[in-house]
Amino acid sequence: MTEKKKTQLNLLFSVIALLICAGILYYVNHYTKPTYMLRTVLQLGAIYALVAVSMNLLNGFTGLFSLGQAGFMAVGAYTFAIFTIPAQSRPGVYYLYGVADWLANLQLPIWAGLVLAGLVAAILAALIGAPVLRLKSDYFAIATLGFAEIVRIIAGSSPMNRVTNGSLGLKMIPKFPNFYFPFIVVGICILIVCLLIRSSYGRSFKAIREDEIAAEAMGINLATHKQLSFIISSFFAGVGGALMGMYLGAITSTTFNITLTYNILLIVVIGGMGSVTGSILSAFLVIAGREWWLRFLDMETYIGAFQVPLLKNGFRMVVFSVILMLVVLFFRRGIMGMREFNWNFMLKRLEKKKTGGEGLE
Amino acid sequence: MSEKVLSVQDITMQFGGVVAVNNLSLEVHQGEIVSLIGPNGAGKTTAFNVITGVYAPTSGAVTFGGKTIISNYPRGKMKKLYAGENNGVYKKILEPTPDKITKLGIARTFQNIRLFKELTVLENVLIAKHMRMKANIVTDTFLLNWKEEKKMKEDALELLRILDLYALKDEKSSALPYGKQRHLEIARALATEPSLLLLDEPAAGLNPQETDELTEFIRKVRDQFHLTVFMIEHHMNLVMDISDRIYVIDFGKMIANGTPNEIQNNQRVIDAYLGVAEDE
Repeated sequence: MTEKKKTQLNLLFSVIALLICAGILYYVNHYTKPTYMLRTVLQLGAIYALVAVSMNLLNGFTGLFSLGQAGFMAVGAYTFAIFTIPAQSRPGVYYLYGVADWLANLQLPIWAGLVLAGLVAAILAALIGAPVLRLKSDYFAIATLGFAEIVRIIAGSSPMNRVTNGSLGLKMIPKFPNFYFPFIVVGICILIVCLLIRSSYGRSFKAIREDEIAAEAMGINLATHKQLSFIISSFFAGVGGALMGMYLGAITSTTFNITLTYNILLIVVIGGMGSVTGSILSAFLVIAGREWWLRFLDMETYIGAFQVPLLKNGFRMVVFSVILMLVVLFFRRGIMGMREFNWNFMLKRLEKKKTGGEGLE
Repeated sequence: MSEKVLSVQDITMQFGGVVAVNNLSLEVHQGEIVSLIGPNGAGKTTAFNVITGVYAPTSGAVTFGGKTIISNYPRGKMKKLYAGENNGVYKKILEPTPDKITKLGIARTFQNIRLFKELTVLENVLIAKHMRMKANIVTDTFLLNWKEEKKMKEDALELLRILDLYALKDEKSSALPYGKQRHLEIARALATEPSLLLLDEPAAGLNPQETDELTEFIRKVRDQFHLTVFMIEHHMNLVMDISDRIYVIDFGKMIANGTPNEIQNNQRVIDAYLGVAEDE
């Protein structure tokens, strides 16, 4: 099979797969009850997929181990909420502290809110990037972790009462206008990340991951490129946070605590550091496992009169931790490693069948 | 004599009180192949690292193509520790990062191969081309500069073809045999379009046959790309065979320079390499 034909077939399969995905979405939207678990899993999974891909851009492709994702999500979610909560429901939201004057009559459309959420997160990343990106590996992780906590605490602190509603959090955040909305936004964002990774800039990010010294000797300006990657990753984390806010409808500062970062990290590691498709796949798997398939672990179960041991509230997270340990111990490269998903295995099988058939004749 | 390409002036590199390179001055002319040799720990790689901007020298200057690109004088706590005799000679501070130096046209390879291991041969070369790219990140992401990208790829493939690496273009660079990895490292350096090529022990770890191939390779590269080559090497056969001139340093200080013939017969060089009997 020639190289060109291979790419064409790969493209064809991908289009078919995408159509099937769209078909599933259509089916789920029209023929399932609004409370059906699969709806939750798909929507939440898509949001996590975006955040995981944005984290992967930084951790997996540029080799900067950041733990600040929840912070940027918080920035995005709060920005989105502050600017898009309907003006008439603001007095209800800020019933205790009152709303800041400049905010009282402000209301942006949803799309503008999403873009703004990303931009504010990106600007913040640009500001803290200059000092933080000078740090290496562990220290960088600690600094970003600290940043995420600072953001969370500031958002929930009393001087911000009239803007972020302090510890009460924000509610009445506009919901998704329709079932497909999150998938379209996430799809566009991930497509942009894929295009970036494929580009020459994406390649130089990978070069930095592989060997900083060599990358610098090849003329790649480390400071600029790390900064770019950090800003772009934060932009999409901000958009992801805004989507999360839309999905939940209400946020408080504790929504974006450190556990959220670890959950995303879990997804990225299971999917494979440096693989976009891996992150997407594992986002859906992990969310389905956590919200749906493994729910039974949290419920006290009786078989006849016998109570199944260990099954009670919180056990689910224990199982999850064990899975993470197993992945780190035995599947260190995750589902996809650094590769991207492609259909070559299908093509190979097809080819084998073909040549096998000819052999028989 | 032809035009000076690189001129290193009184470079001193101190790490605290340790003097790694001491008042080193040397010149490399257009089209030459110049070698820097010396026993282990003599400060050869440190000198390279100063020229390529990895370290800022404690004192001294580097001129490239008639322009001073690096310059420094002892400051802060180095003022007290400075062991050289050029106090007050250099007054400018110029400490560019390695990427700026590469942009000026000095490319280098590394003693221990530093390829981008997980990436393919072609990608390795393309990364070196990134620096000369005109598009910004937005136009590049959205494929608005596809013409430039296409040209980049064609140039990279052309380079691989010239250097006989074309057949390996889709191999992971870490999967290449050791000798080919050395070639690829040079190819990658060439992709930055340099006028001066610095090779840090290009023959380290190569067997005699591979070394012969490399000798030919370096000559070919120099002639084809109109380069000047400055290299560190331990392999005396290679050095004596290929070099136009040789600088010898020991304990950071230059002890000799001249043509291969002169160096081979220089008593100080022989002493440095073989040692001097103490009680005679």
